[in-house]
Amino acid sequence: MSGKESGYLDMELLRFTTAGSVDDGKSTLIGRLLFDSKAIFEDQMEAIERASVRSGGEDVNLALLTDGLKAEREQGITIDVAYRYFATPKRKFIIADTPGHIQYTRNMVTGASTANAAIILVDARHGVLEQTRRHTYIASLLQIPHIIICVNKMDLVEYKQDVFEQIKSDVEDISSKLSVKDVRYVPISALVGDNVVDRSKKMDWYEGPTLMYLLENMHIGSDINRDDFRLPVQYVIRPQSKDYPDYRGYGGRIMSGTLNVGDTVKVLPSGFTSKVKTIDLFTDSLKKAFAPQSVTVQLEDDIDISRGDMLVKETNGHEPIVGQDIDVMLCWFNERKMIAGGKYTLRQTTAEMRCMIKSVDYKMNINTLEHDPDDLEANMNDIVRVKLRTTKPLFYDSYNLNRNTGSLVLIDETTNETVAAGMIV
Amino acid sequence: MDKYQINHLRELEAESIFVIREVAAQFENPVMLFSGGKDSIVMFHLARKAFWPAKVPFPLMHIDTGHNFPETIEYRDNLMEKTGARCIVKYVQDTIDQGKAVEETGVNASRNKMQTITLLDALEQEKFDAAMGGGRRDEEKARAKERFFSHRDEFGQWDPKNQRPELWNLFNGKKNMGEHFRVFPISNWTEMDVWQYIYMEEIELPSLYFTHKREVFQRDGVWMAKAPFMQLKEGEKLELRDVRCRTIGDVTCTGVSLSTANNLQDIIQEVAATRVTERGGRADDKRSESAMEDRKREGYF
Repeated sequence: MSGKESGYLDMELLRFTTAGSVDDGKSTLIGRLLFDSKAIFEDQMEAIERASVRSGGEDVNLALLTDGLKAEREQGITIDVAYRYFATPKRKFIIADTPGHIQYTRNMVTGASTANAAIILVDARHGVLEQTRRHTYIASLLQIPHIIICVNKMDLVEYKQDVFEQIKSDVEDISSKLSVKDVRYVPISALVGDNVVDRSKKMDWYEGPTLMYLLENMHIGSDINRDDFRLPVQYVIRPQSKDYPDYRGYGGRIMSGTLNVGDTVKVLPSGFTSKVKTIDLFTDSLKKAFAPQSVTVQLEDDIDISRGDMLVKETNGHEPIVGQDIDVMLCWFNERKMIAGGKYTLRQTTAEMRCMIKSVDYKMNINTLEHDPDDLEANMNDIVRVKLRTTKPLFYDSYNLNRNTGSLVLIDETTNETVAAGMIV
Repeated sequence: MDKYQINHLRELEAESIFVIREVAAQFENPVMLFSGGKDSIVMFHLARKAFWPAKVPFPLMHIDTGHNFPETIEYRDNLMEKTGARCIVKYVQDTIDQGKAVEETGVNASRNKMQTITLLDALEQEKFDAAMGGGRRDEEKARAKERFFSHRDEFGQWDPKNQRPELWNLFNGKKNMGEHFRVFPISNWTEMDVWQYIYMEEIELPSLYFTHKREVFQRDGVWMAKAPFMQLKEGEKLELRDVRCRTIGDVTCTGVSLSTANNLQDIIQEVAATRVTERGGRADDKRSESAMEDRKREGYF
């Protein structure tokens, strides 16, 4: 790392998603985070003020900051996932702001897929509702490493500790049945700013950190699987030039684990092994590389390797599973419903193949968290457990072990649309 | 930060390189749009990193409005010579001469909107099936909803309400004949990230980004540069000032800012302290609340 990188450029990147409807104060919370970290510029503020007046509102409506499309502003709803950015001296943040109205599941799943953390908002006045259960379930299904339950609008319940404790214990009931790793609880008022960036003076009973402190300090270094080296080959780099007549590099992004020059790697599907000769990133030659870096790897031996193949290490940790029959939790995204027995294009890492939906085991009721083995139809926003059969072997890990090699999407062969997201069980 | 972590700029870099390689792998005939502005310069730098030691496996394309700052063109030609990359140049003037577009009139006349026609024509002529652009989601609210891989119909139009979901590292570039994709490899970068990265990587920039003396005039609170095709309104007068460009676009719609920043660290300080978005100086966005969305729907960058 150069001197420049160890100086003030030494910031981590944290991606988080927010769940909750406008009524929970989600937009106000995001507005507060952006505003207090000075990520809202004067001309944006002026544009919001102009738009607030036009839509007949009296106060400046921070929600207008996140509603980017004309249709959204007209209807006062959010249609699509919007990405927001802010930074503090410690971290750069990417917010995937997911709408709470229509197509909720589809959008939250999308925003959650790359998130380190999920902020789930609960209105202190209403307590835990069906939607809290739904949000917590999706966060656990997508294996978001950190969940922060923000009990909002504490100012409207006189900052009472028992309200907060009741909600905390109700969410614990839900999360104890789900596979969630790290759940935190913060009592806040996004409107007034209590415990968002600054500590509240009205909740002495709360000894935990503020939301911003959590976002800035929680440990995200272990969010990526550091044990199992996986490099799906993305692009074969062969300059065939005078300076590099024999260079043959495998370009790709390390999905998990670490790689050192000299390591023995195995190539899937051929099963051949070789040693790492070089790891290149532009003119830098690296001794080691790790997820999530994009690098180019040269091997000692000439092996036939192409896009869709995967370099893995056998030494420690798990080996990927190689198979054609997989169990998947599938979230359906399209208006055209899923066809049991239907054929779709499957994309996982850099591999692409066809697959067939062989059978549907059950549909998940995401409000009650019960399995329904009788209702097997998947419409938009439904989550079902299915068995897939692929046309050629897939190299994968279970999603719980590795979010990058355990995830897939299905593509409709006639419309080319991405119709489903899958997590391999 | 432990030894198995990279900073935010390296993570953004890794993501962008992944996206650029994905374009090269998934499309038959991609192109990278190049304007000579800092975002496209960074994007091209990332492309060189993605394929090194091989050359970038696709051409660049510049849509030339004819209203450029001459420094931009000079920088572009030097860069291509140095890197051995190929840059196709398409002229808005040709579009006008062919009668496909009519020049706007009046003092605020701009060729900004006409670029779309030239761009769509060029994509069709050259049979490009993916065009990478340096758009960033933090620039403007319609762009905040843009995908990395953005599908365009056979008329080059964007349908923001019917975008494909994009999850994990999985990008779907499948399309029918005649359709194409716009791809935005630096979607997740902010203005600050771009400047910090330029500093970290020591990337050379056009001189316009650094302070220089220039004849300028004020219009609607924005400083504009003097140019042969710019008409002054009554009451507007030229002054010699120390200025620099915060973004580089067409002379007709790119404001300059009063600044004495002559190095990257000063610019980063200035960006950190500034209270107006960089597009705040862009007259093309001020036309209406949804100016950017409307232009994007039609097929703008």
